[in-house]
Amino acid sequence: MTYTRTDAADLAEDVGAARLLEPDGTRVADPSLDPLVADLAPDALRALHRDMVLTRRLDAEGVALQRQGQLALWAPCRGQEAVQIGTAHALAAGDFVFPSYREHGVLLARGAQPADYVLAWRGEEHSAYDHAAIGVAPLQIIIGAQSLHATGWAMGAQRDGSTDVAVAYYGDGATSQGDVNEALVFASSFRAPVVFVCSNNQWAISEPVTVQARFPIAGRAPGFGVPSMRVDGNDVLACVAAMRWALDRARRGEGPSFLEAVTYRMGPHTTSDDPTRYRDAAEVERWARRDPIARFEAYLRAEGVLDDDAVAEVDAAADALAAAVRAACIGATTRPADSLFDHVYAEPHAPLAAQKAEYRAYLDGFGEDE
Amino acid sequence: MVALTLGAAVNAALAGALADDDRVVLLGEDIGRLGGVFRVTDGLLERFGADRVIDTPLAEAGIVGTAVGLAMRGYRPVVEIQFDGFVYPAFDQIVCQVAKLHYRTNGRVRMPLVIRIPWAGGVGAAEHHSESPEAYFVHTAGLRVVAASTPQDAHLLLRQAIASDDPVIFFEPKRLYHAKGEVDLDLDLADAPPLHLARVAREGTDATIVTYGAQVRVALDAALAAEDEGLSLEVIDLRSLSPLDMSTVAASVRKTGRVVVTHEAAREAGVGAEIVASITERCFAFLEAAPQRVTGHDIPYPPAKLERHHLPDLDRILHAVDLVCDRVPGEVAR
Repeated sequence: MTYTRTDAADLAEDVGAARLLEPDGTRVADPSLDPLVADLAPDALRALHRDMVLTRRLDAEGVALQRQGQLALWAPCRGQEAVQIGTAHALAAGDFVFPSYREHGVLLARGAQPADYVLAWRGEEHSAYDHAAIGVAPLQIIIGAQSLHATGWAMGAQRDGSTDVAVAYYGDGATSQGDVNEALVFASSFRAPVVFVCSNNQWAISEPVTVQARFPIAGRAPGFGVPSMRVDGNDVLACVAAMRWALDRARRGEGPSFLEAVTYRMGPHTTSDDPTRYRDAAEVERWARRDPIARFEAYLRAEGVLDDDAVAEVDAAADALAAAVRAACIGATTRPADSLFDHVYAEPHAPLAAQKAEYRAYLDGFGEDE
Repeated sequence: MVALTLGAAVNAALAGALADDDRVVLLGEDIGRLGGVFRVTDGLLERFGADRVIDTPLAEAGIVGTAVGLAMRGYRPVVEIQFDGFVYPAFDQIVCQVAKLHYRTNGRVRMPLVIRIPWAGGVGAAEHHSESPEAYFVHTAGLRVVAASTPQDAHLLLRQAIASDDPVIFFEPKRLYHAKGEVDLDLDLADAPPLHLARVAREGTDATIVTYGAQVRVALDAALAAEDEGLSLEVIDLRSLSPLDMSTVAASVRKTGRVVVTHEAAREAGVGAEIVASITERCFAFLEAAPQRVTGHDIPYPPAKLERHHLPDLDRILHAVDLVCDRVPGEVAR
């Protein structure tokens, strides 16, 4: 089950990736993965579908809000719903996620509130959500830095004697960073209960994955002593199975695991990017035929788990979420200027307090409240 | 009170913190079995175990980055960077993560983390082993920066740094690791002067020398020598480089009207520049002469055989004192 191939030709495709659903939704047997999803009842399957649809709708709303000037920026996750929802649904409440900036679906699966998705992208806050409440660290913009935080958190969980697991999400570009490689060394040396989820979406802004790697990414982790699995990142069932395999290992005290989820970034890197400058429409079209939601929906309909009414109900819920996100975004109020100086330090800091008072007095000179 | 070297005082502070709070963990290269390359963590592995005194892989970003994660899990990590010049691989984690997490999260994520750095020159060391990188960290909002100059302060300030809910960069002058002094190991943190206060190391009336770290000793020696020439110098040991206790500095300068700032680090945009700028803002009308800086040259740290020309010694400090006191014929402080 673990990835052992070392053929560089596999790099940008999903060759050797564990899969339970063909792109047309046909269920394929995999003796090692099947037991890991055997308990998924219709409700759990529908929940996976629902959260993927909600994620896509939320993501579309983020793009729209940016186009309308309500957000400064948005990093679309269209096409990556299966890896985000599948892996996040496998988590327990006590686990802690260290995401990159593109994991909107993971936030959703962890119970984020409507404002949580947009306030940072609007420029109101650096990090909006209640991290402890939903078990998600602040979204990370420095590429790969969170992999070390996840490893350290896992070392803490290990010292606490708990079965909590830390999860670091990052992309294929991050695998070139020193932090990501150091995290693999630390996690391996200390057998830390951490799972690294690399969403290989083929592109780091304009750079194809072949600039980051001339060797399959899943093939690197074993060199650090970290078992890995290459999984079809557009197959939500396989993502649940792979994540459960990794989480079970961590909870049993067997240390870290690495998942390479082969997927595709259907949209631009961010709303500031123009991917037509660096990639072919044919490539995008080819990946559109492997769409994670269409695939899963076809499977669920064939199984009789999902019908038109259920799909309509999910679509309505998605529209309601989008409306709530839009309302939270447009209704956001900007904090007063004095708050600039708050929370730089946890303990009193006289020079900064003086600077705050000085700036307040300056503003007061104009008779301004803000 | 017990007589301890500065290194032993740091060891006692670490042992005390480990004993008092089981959330305190130490991370660093060679800090366990070896007891640290300066033996500062000697005996702590044996006493507190490998779960709390952690010999890490040789990766400074990894050490600081995992300490961030430990802090997010509720631990209070104390990290050792083996030498001053080795801190740069961890710079991103310190500046982008350690310093900013509390601000980024509106106070929801605290970073009670201490980064200990054996620091600065004068020990005849190899390249990258004698650096004074403090200005980088002083310039970074969200960090507190502390420099110990006595065994008592090394013990007290480190205990306070570990107790602080803010991240602290803690500089230990390796030139003074073997210097002995009296230490009150039972000093109550609540009764002690707070972490951010400077200390008047010697009172005087004619001119003020502002300094920190190993340079405090040089300044005190200079004050002793000046006494023979009838000059009374006040020496201020900053202790905290961020925040700076400018109230204590300004009170002294208002009294003497003349000031020399000295540090090993290079001059340009160094801590001394900030101090002199603050003095001119606060005490302009009290100044009798232009403030002088006596610092390392604006060069990379030189080979050990040449470091005596780089480190500001007693004579260079006294020359600057003569300048601010108008005692150099034909020359004025400018």
